[in-house]
Amino acid sequence: MVTLNSYLVLSGLLFAIGTAGVFLRRNLITVLLSIEIMLNAVNLTFVAVGRFRGSVDGQVITFFVMTVAAAEAAIGLALIIALFRHRETLSPDAFTSLKW
Amino acid sequence: MDVFAFYAFGAVAILASLLVIGQGNPMHSVMLLIVSFGALAGLYVLLDAPFTAVTQIIVYAGAIMVLFLFVVMLLNVPREEPAPPGVSALLGPTGTRLGALLSLLLGVEIVWALADMGIRRPESTASVSSVALIGSAIFLRHAFAFEATSVLILVAMIGAVVLARREHS
Repeated sequence: MVTLNSYLVLSGLLFAIGTAGVFLRRNLITVLLSIEIMLNAVNLTFVAVGRFRGSVDGQVITFFVMTVAAAEAAIGLALIIALFRHRETLSPDAFTSLKW
Repeated sequence: MDVFAFYAFGAVAILASLLVIGQGNPMHSVMLLIVSFGALAGLYVLLDAPFTAVTQIIVYAGAIMVLFLFVVMLLNVPREEPAPPGVSALLGPTGTRLGALLSLLLGVEIVWALADMGIRRPESTASVSSVALIGSAIFLRHAFAFEATSVLILVAMIGAVVLARREHS
């Protein structure tokens, strides 16, 4: 029998891996992929807690998270294409004009 | 059997995610993320959520990842360039180590905070696998959120077209 704790620990680990990707990688596409990993870790938490409470609300909110993730991926990739056209690079270090 | 499947899917998900952030080729990263999402879909099946598992495969592994693949192939940048020396302390090896340390700390903290959360409540025996129940929850109790989602997707679609448009001037 797998307990709720195992699922929560697993999704915590996945979330930390996603954060590490955002911190460590210098490629905008990989950063977006890391954000997707984080979103999926949270989805796993929602579904697991919903299952162990006996409610479908966890799956409903996962559905909405997936929709928002699709919108985020579309906008993020469009931004990446526009940025790449400007600077011919995908390194976040090249886009610091707004940094104080 | 359940326990074995949980550990197998969990190990695949963690290994694939580690490899996604661990190697330099974005194309391989996208492929490995699809593997990770497949393992998560398996976990959803174990959690009595076949609808979410199928949505995960169709929407995430099918649609979103294909979008990523298109952009990776369109831009054609196989390797990320190393940080130029002396740009900023935050980009050097010290900054990288600090980032790794921070995310490790976050992982330990999250696991520690979540580790004893589930014990207090006995497991419910109610079934959550019914698609009809999910449908009525979405279309009755969360009808407004569902309609707002359609506006969100419309805005995202127009925004993506406008942002990625080539400027003629």
